[in-house]
Amino acid sequence: MTLTPAPPAAVVAQTRTAPPRKRQRSRTRFAPYLFVGPAVVLFVLFMLVPIIYAAYLSFTAYKIQGGGILGTKTLVFAGFDNYVSVLTDPALGSGFWHLALYSAIAVPLTLGLALLFALLLDTPGVRATRFGQTAIFIPYAVPGVIAALLWGFMYLPSTSPFSYITKALGWGPIPFLESSGIFGSIGNIAVWGGVGFNMIIIYTSLRSIPAEIYEAARIDGANERQIALRVKIPLVVPALLLTGIFSVIGALQLYSEPTTLKPMTDIISQTWVPLMTIYRNAFLTDDLPGAAALSVLLAVGTVALSGLVLWISNRRAKGAQS
Amino acid sequence: MTAIATRETARLASNRGKVWPTVILMIGAIYCLIPVLWVFTATSKSPSELFTTFSFLPGSGLLDNLSDLFAYGGGQYGLWAANSILYAGVGGVLSTFVSTMAGYGLAKYEFKGRNLIFYSILGGVLIPGITLAIPQYLLLSQAGLAGGVMSVLLPLIISPFGIYLSRVYASAAVPQDTIEAARLDGASEWRIFLRIGLPMMLPGMVTVFMLQFVGIWNNFLLPFIMLSDQNSYPLTVGLYTLLSKGSGTPALYSVAITGAAVSIIPLIALMLFLQRFWRLDLLSGAVKG
Repeated sequence: MTLTPAPPAAVVAQTRTAPPRKRQRSRTRFAPYLFVGPAVVLFVLFMLVPIIYAAYLSFTAYKIQGGGILGTKTLVFAGFDNYVSVLTDPALGSGFWHLALYSAIAVPLTLGLALLFALLLDTPGVRATRFGQTAIFIPYAVPGVIAALLWGFMYLPSTSPFSYITKALGWGPIPFLESSGIFGSIGNIAVWGGVGFNMIIIYTSLRSIPAEIYEAARIDGANERQIALRVKIPLVVPALLLTGIFSVIGALQLYSEPTTLKPMTDIISQTWVPLMTIYRNAFLTDDLPGAAALSVLLAVGTVALSGLVLWISNRRAKGAQS
Repeated sequence: MTAIATRETARLASNRGKVWPTVILMIGAIYCLIPVLWVFTATSKSPSELFTTFSFLPGSGLLDNLSDLFAYGGGQYGLWAANSILYAGVGGVLSTFVSTMAGYGLAKYEFKGRNLIFYSILGGVLIPGITLAIPQYLLLSQAGLAGGVMSVLLPLIISPFGIYLSRVYASAAVPQDTIEAARLDGASEWRIFLRIGLPMMLPGMVTVFMLQFVGIWNNFLLPFIMLSDQNSYPLTVGLYTLLSKGSGTPALYSVAITGAAVSIIPLIALMLFLQRFWRLDLLSGAVKG
């Protein structure tokens, strides 16, 4: 840059169309690659290569060659063996069942409450909105492990404030960490941590709607609840879709909360959710190919599920237009 | 006077319907604050008070708990906190810079492979963390990096979400005319980015940085898999191991609770402070290029 001084303005003005354009074009041909270069290199190294490596591992098996202490482990091609053994493992079925029950509680509650609070923040006349918004957003700053630790102690019969009250009333402790309450308990941790962030996304989306639309509805005699249900919710569907997809992806990756609660209860096994099974296969039972096969399945499932949600919503949107 | 009074009663009447919305919002706020309140009162209790007194009554063991916490494992808690700040701080800055550059490049230039690059990176959002973490661990062990600082920093620099946000923000906040004008003045592409693009993208960068900082600070799985030396654990993994040990010895419960309370103070403070700089409207696509 310092080696090529800027041409005088007059020259630029005269030759605006011909030579500088050409030089610019060759210059801008390489520049974008330098800007996206670091991201592409990191993407290839830490996402693309690991995915391909995991897929490769999932089709292999360890074979011990030779015998005794001299035997060496080598990787050999195993076809779909790992997939078959992973899919026939009874732990996987119960893992996905737990995940489904948890998701059925956590995802709709998180999104429903986030939408409700966002609509309340956006309703004229509601008081203390700044306090409410900040308070509901605070759990976002608390890591999942710490949140599970806090709630875990609030569930544990010996330290729980809720069970303290029920015990004083003679009803005994609430079974937060028993098989009857565990899904609600873990779901609650996720709802607590997730409502604030989703609320902010929906709320900012609400605020970008022009006020004239509401004025028109008010003149037509609609009350605030009708405006919320008939005008606001349909307009924030894209934001709901975004938060919905991220909530589903997040739910499938449930790991830290049950892992943190595990020391507090016997209910949670080592294979309670699929991610815990993957961790056990990879690091406790040294079955890396099995862990790889299960992670590939989970990744394919996540992509398929997100694709399905997008496809359905696209069809709905098209249906609504026509 | 009467006119004002009637207007006032009219306003009150119209707001009477807003009592319930306010009440519901406050219930939500209390629900979100209860565990935070609980952990701070529990921190003030001595281990024996923790199991006997009502949860929301403060106790008398605050200073003992704090000194126990910082004495635990020869001062490991301080190390964990420093590690969390290091991983989240350095990782957040690097990630923000890589994302901003990529987002700017993707938004402001037409080039071959642009859409392929953008959608490939964006697809990364869908890949579960563990699908990546295990092969990342294996590959980094072969490179001799597993267990070190680099093994928890490098994989988190690439952020599909950060790149997406940066692209949206760059196309909304940096006018193409300004770039063209700077080109005519003879500025190099890199200089245009540094002097014109970056300052205009600053609010978006703060958002990306905060999201990445909180994301890395809250991350558990990757450091849990990568690190084996207790002294290089971040707070999440450190407190988890403390809790798993504590299941046999309830005396460690107080240390774990105190550790949890102390660990959330800086992040909540940082978030309250930076709240006004966030541009989370980017997430919902409220800003269009």
